[in-house]
Amino acid sequence: MLKVENLVKTYGRATALGGVSFTVNDGEIVGFLGPNGAGKSTAMNIITGYISSNTGKVFVDGEEILENPTAVKKKIGYLPEQPPLYPELTVDEYLNFVYELRACTLPRQAHLNEICTAVRITDIRTRLIRNLSKGYKQRVGIAAALIGDPPLIILDEPTVGLDPKEIIGVRNLIRALGKKHTVILSTHILSEAQAVCDRMIIINRGKIAADGKTDEINRFIKDNRRYKVTISGSQNEVLPLLRGLSGIVRAEATGERDGDAAAYMIEAASGIEIRKALFYALAEQNLPIFGLEPVGQSLEDVFLKLTGRQEGR
Amino acid sequence: MFAVYKREVRSYFVSAVGYVFLAVLLLLSAAVFSVTTLLRQSCDITDYFTIMLFVLMVALPVLTMKLFAEERKLKTEQLLLTAPISIGSMVFAKFLAAFTVFFFANLLCSLSYITLFVYAKPQFGVILGNIIALTLVGAAFISVGMFVSALTENQLAAAIGTFAILLAFLALGFLNAFIPFYPARFVLNWFSLLSRYTNFTNGFFDFAALIYYISVCFVFLFITCRVYERRRYS
Repeated sequence: MLKVENLVKTYGRATALGGVSFTVNDGEIVGFLGPNGAGKSTAMNIITGYISSNTGKVFVDGEEILENPTAVKKKIGYLPEQPPLYPELTVDEYLNFVYELRACTLPRQAHLNEICTAVRITDIRTRLIRNLSKGYKQRVGIAAALIGDPPLIILDEPTVGLDPKEIIGVRNLIRALGKKHTVILSTHILSEAQAVCDRMIIINRGKIAADGKTDEINRFIKDNRRYKVTISGSQNEVLPLLRGLSGIVRAEATGERDGDAAAYMIEAASGIEIRKALFYALAEQNLPIFGLEPVGQSLEDVFLKLTGRQEGR
Repeated sequence: MFAVYKREVRSYFVSAVGYVFLAVLLLLSAAVFSVTTLLRQSCDITDYFTIMLFVLMVALPVLTMKLFAEERKLKTEQLLLTAPISIGSMVFAKFLAAFTVFFFANLLCSLSYITLFVYAKPQFGVILGNIIALTLVGAAFISVGMFVSALTENQLAAAIGTFAILLAFLALGFLNAFIPFYPARFVLNWFSLLSRYTNFTNGFFDFAALIYYISVCFVFLFITCRVYERRRYS
């Protein structure tokens, strides 16, 4: 569906993309994951033809975007980071405008009705875009990206700034889209990519740090376990105990306190289930556990691991 | 292309810009017309025409300032530039939209001429020539305004910049008479938007001037496209 070859983009001296290549197959939902400033939006903008790369090529269905921009752009539905909405139009007027702009040939009313139902904006079609909430604006933006039924849909940070309920709605929508379209979703939230995508491409500082099926990446990310544990008792007593427990490679007080209890961050050695041993050891010493929760790795941790792994190879 | 055209024309009248433009232009036109012809009991429209040129220099930047600057600010240009239309057709559609509004405003202003026919017997050719000349000069002004609007995301800067450039063109026309060196005069003359309409205002159809104004529009629309092309690579 999409083939990207060696994209390089520099802004003055700063390198936004330093040779990015990947392929996306038909029907995949691919998460394009990276911290802010990693080059995600730049890559999306190049793929959709909004900006040009210094070198490199983008093929959609075998057609190169610079050689045949109109045909390629017709195949891509794009929701940029900030949805490109005209505040003075109503939702219906806007969708009709995009329908005409994209020279869509599908039966107009039926097509627009179908999209509005899919993204659940049917009840706000007569409202002015200016008056919509952020979540609705985002959905109108997604609706616009679906007009013309493009085979490739690119969504740049579609859940930023939405409330939790709206986030769930948008994620469900993306999963539903994946049944009919190829979807590329850019995000800086690891859990979002894990929840929605079949595959993840992790980009950092303009380079691809990892590219693999979500399960593979999850397995890799998960094999080091970290927990935040809140224990009642004196720190002088607890810390040596934690550090002395076999299977724990690191234990530190976080500085958070809850009455006479304090929070600690512990990291178990790879492949070891530490929770049982921890419980019994603390119970034996009469140190009650107030709380125990796994700590997800931040994207930065993942990058550190990934880049560490690559250097180690 | 038609989609962009339609949206632009509509947006003039959804926001206040279109109405304000029409109201101010019609009001000024009527006032100037009354003073220069009716009050003087004359059907010489030379003064009306000259003053209207200045009015357009101020009014047309208001019409063109938002064309690209606003899209850039709202980031809606991303929709246009990733849609399956060429930059050329987008630019041309916007030009046509601004021109349409101006054309109808000019047509409405031209209703004033009817009063001349009530009280005297003016030459129809001269009047038609004046209308055509104003339309052509206006089109050239619009193309300059579009170019400036494409350079910035600040609408006010676009309007003031356009006005400044149009003023510079006017100054060039005056300056020209003082330059003894013919080639320099020839080149400067090309930029002087206000030196070609005389034949029209005298009632002659000047084909060369028509071509001149169309090419000025073309040149400015072309460099507007280039601004967009260049930005993609910057």
